[in-house]
Amino acid sequence: MGVATYIKDEKDAIKEVTLQSGIEIKPVYTPDDLDRIGFDYQKDLADPGEFPFTRGIHPLGFRSRNWTTRQYTGFGTPEETNERFKLMISHGQTGLNVAFDLPTQMGLDSDDPMAEGEVGRVGMAIDSLRDFEIAFKDIQLNRIGAGLTINAVASIMLAMYQAMAEKFGYKKNEISATPQNDILKEMVGRGAWIYPVEPAVRLIGDTIEYAMKELPRCNPVSVAGYHIRESGCTPAQEISYALMIAFAYIDNVVARGYKAEDFVGRFSFNLNVYGNIWETVAKFRAARKLWAKLLRERYDVQNKKALFLRGIFGGGGSGMTKQQPENNIMRGAYYALAAALSGAQTTALCSFDEAYTIPTERAALLSLRTFQILMDEIGLRDTVDPLAGSYFLETLTKEMEAKILEEMEKVEKVGGMIEAVSSGYVQKEVARQAYEFEKKIQEGRVTKVGVNKYTEGVDMEVELHEYNDEWANLQIQRLGELKESRDNKAVKDSLTALEKAAREEKNVMPYLLECCKSYATVGEMSNVFRDVFGEFVEPNIF
Amino acid sequence: MAKPGLDGHDRGAKVVAHAMREAGMEVIYTGLHQSVPSIVNQAIQEDADVIGLSIMSGAHIPICKKLMELVNKQAIGDKLIVVGGVIPNKDIPTLKDIGVNGIFPGGVHFNEIVKFIEEKAITH
Repeated sequence: MGVATYIKDEKDAIKEVTLQSGIEIKPVYTPDDLDRIGFDYQKDLADPGEFPFTRGIHPLGFRSRNWTTRQYTGFGTPEETNERFKLMISHGQTGLNVAFDLPTQMGLDSDDPMAEGEVGRVGMAIDSLRDFEIAFKDIQLNRIGAGLTINAVASIMLAMYQAMAEKFGYKKNEISATPQNDILKEMVGRGAWIYPVEPAVRLIGDTIEYAMKELPRCNPVSVAGYHIRESGCTPAQEISYALMIAFAYIDNVVARGYKAEDFVGRFSFNLNVYGNIWETVAKFRAARKLWAKLLRERYDVQNKKALFLRGIFGGGGSGMTKQQPENNIMRGAYYALAAALSGAQTTALCSFDEAYTIPTERAALLSLRTFQILMDEIGLRDTVDPLAGSYFLETLTKEMEAKILEEMEKVEKVGGMIEAVSSGYVQKEVARQAYEFEKKIQEGRVTKVGVNKYTEGVDMEVELHEYNDEWANLQIQRLGELKESRDNKAVKDSLTALEKAAREEKNVMPYLLECCKSYATVGEMSNVFRDVFGEFVEPNIF
Repeated sequence: MAKPGLDGHDRGAKVVAHAMREAGMEVIYTGLHQSVPSIVNQAIQEDADVIGLSIMSGAHIPICKKLMELVNKQAIGDKLIVVGGVIPNKDIPTLKDIGVNGIFPGGVHFNEIVKFIEEKAITH
C-alpha cells in the first residue's frame, strides 16, 4: 500500500495521479516548474554534506562508504539468534538489528502467564544478562553496531547491552547500540507500550542524558515514523509525526538544562520505504532539509554534525502480499532502489514471506542479495543524489516539504505531539486513513498487483519459518536455574535502589546497569517501573 | 473485536471494526493486551453475538485453544467466534477443529465477513 490513486479513461490513459500525501503529479515537468517554485540550488539543496543537507548528509555519499544493511533478526532462544546473526554477517551484512519476542518487549519474563505461546515467537527471548551473553557471543561489538528494536524497556536493554559488552572486555565508548526507544510511536502504531506517556518519555530522556555522557557511540533513540506509516498514515504525515516525536524527546532533555546541540546529533530515525518511488525519494530529501532547518530554528543547533538526519530507511512490511508471494521479491528490489536513491545510511527489507511469518534463512538472504546487487552491480554507489536537478523531483521535494509542515501545524494546533498521542488524535487520524485505503483496495480504486489486479497465476507454497515450543520450555527452565544460582540479595538490593531512583526522579540508567549485572530479570526490572509509574491506558478512539 | 495477548498491531482490528460498524453492527473494541478471560467476560457483559479476535503474531492456535476452552466452560457457545490476522492457510483446518467458526486472514473483503456473520448469526 502507499501507491498513488489513478484516474484513467476508458482507453487506460492516465488522467490524474494523486500521491497518497495529497500531491498531484503532472504529466510533464520543465524548467518553468523550477522557476514557479522559486528553486534555488544553494537555499533548497546545497551540495551534499552542506546545510540544509537535502542532497545527503555526506559529501561523497555511497562513494565513500556503502550503506549498512541491517535485517531485523531474532527468534527462539539466544543461541538460535546468535547463529542467525553470524550467518547474516558471513553473507555480508554489516550491522545487526535485534528482534525481541513480545514478552521481552512487554517487560515480561518467559515464565509469565501472559507470555504463554509467545516465547521466542516474533523475536528472541531475553530474560537476563545471561541471555545477552549468549546472543552476542563472538560478535565483534567494536566493529558491528546493533540496533535493538525495543521500546518500553529500552532503558533496561541498553543497560544490559553495556553490561554484556563490558563483560566481554569492550569499553563503553567503543560499542554502538541503537535502541529504538520511541514510545510515542508505540502508542500510535505498534502497541508495545507499558507505562503512561509522561514517565515513558522521562525514561527516554534518561537514556539520552546517560548516553550523552557515557556511551558516545550509541544512538539512544531511533525515532520511528516507519510504524505510523505501516498503520496507515501518509508519507508526508510519517515525517511530520516523526519530527514532532523527536521534538518531544528533545524538549524533555532540554528541560533538564542541556542544549539540544549537545545530544541531538546522536538521534537517528527509522523510516519507511514503499509505494510510489517518487513520493518516497522526495519525502526523504524534504525530511533531511526540514530536520536541519527546524533544529536550527527551534533549538539554535549550529554544529553541522548535529543537524544530520541519519536513519534506517527500510522496506515496509505492509506492502508485502500474501498472494503471489514471489512478487514481494521484486517489490523489495524496488524499495531498495528507492532507499538508495534517497541516500539512506542504513537499510533493511521485509522479506518475501513477510505476510506469512518471520523470515526463513532463504528469504533473509534474498533480501541481502537485493542490496548487494543494487550497490555492487547496478550502479547506485556511483554518484550522490543522482535525481537532483530533475524538474519533477525538485518540484515534488518542495511540495512534500510544504505538506509535511502542514501536517506538523495540525499537531501543533492540538497542543503538540504528547497531547496529540495522549488524547488519541493521531491514532484516530491514522485509523481513518487505514480504513479509507483498505476500502480503495477492495473497491479496486488503488491497484495492488496479485491482489486486485493480475490475480491469475500460481500461488507458490511458501516455506514457513517454524515455531518450536521447546524454546519456551528451555527458556523457562534456564530462568529457574538462574534465579537459584544468582546472588539474590544483590538482586534485591539493586532493585530496591532502582525503585528509589525511579521515585526520586534520578536518572535510572546507572541503577539499571547494576540490576543487569546482578542478573535481575527483565520482568523484575520492568515491574519496579510498573509499581512506580503504573500502566498506560489507551485513549478510546471508537 | 478483541486484541488478545501481547501483539500490538491493531491496524487490521481497527479497520475491520470500522467496516463492521459501517455495515450496521454495534462494535466494541477491547483495545490491546487483553487476556482471554477478560475478553470472554467483556463478551458476556456486553451480550455480544460475535467475538472477533485479531492476531498478527502467529500465536493464533494457542490463543484460540484457550479461548474455546473458556467459551465451552462458560457455556457461551451460542456466540459466533471469528478470527483474523496473519494466519497461514495450513492452520485453518486446525482452527476449525478447535471450534473457531470463521477464519479471515488479512486481505479478506469486508463484505465476506459481513455476509458470514449475518448468515451464521441467524443459524448458529
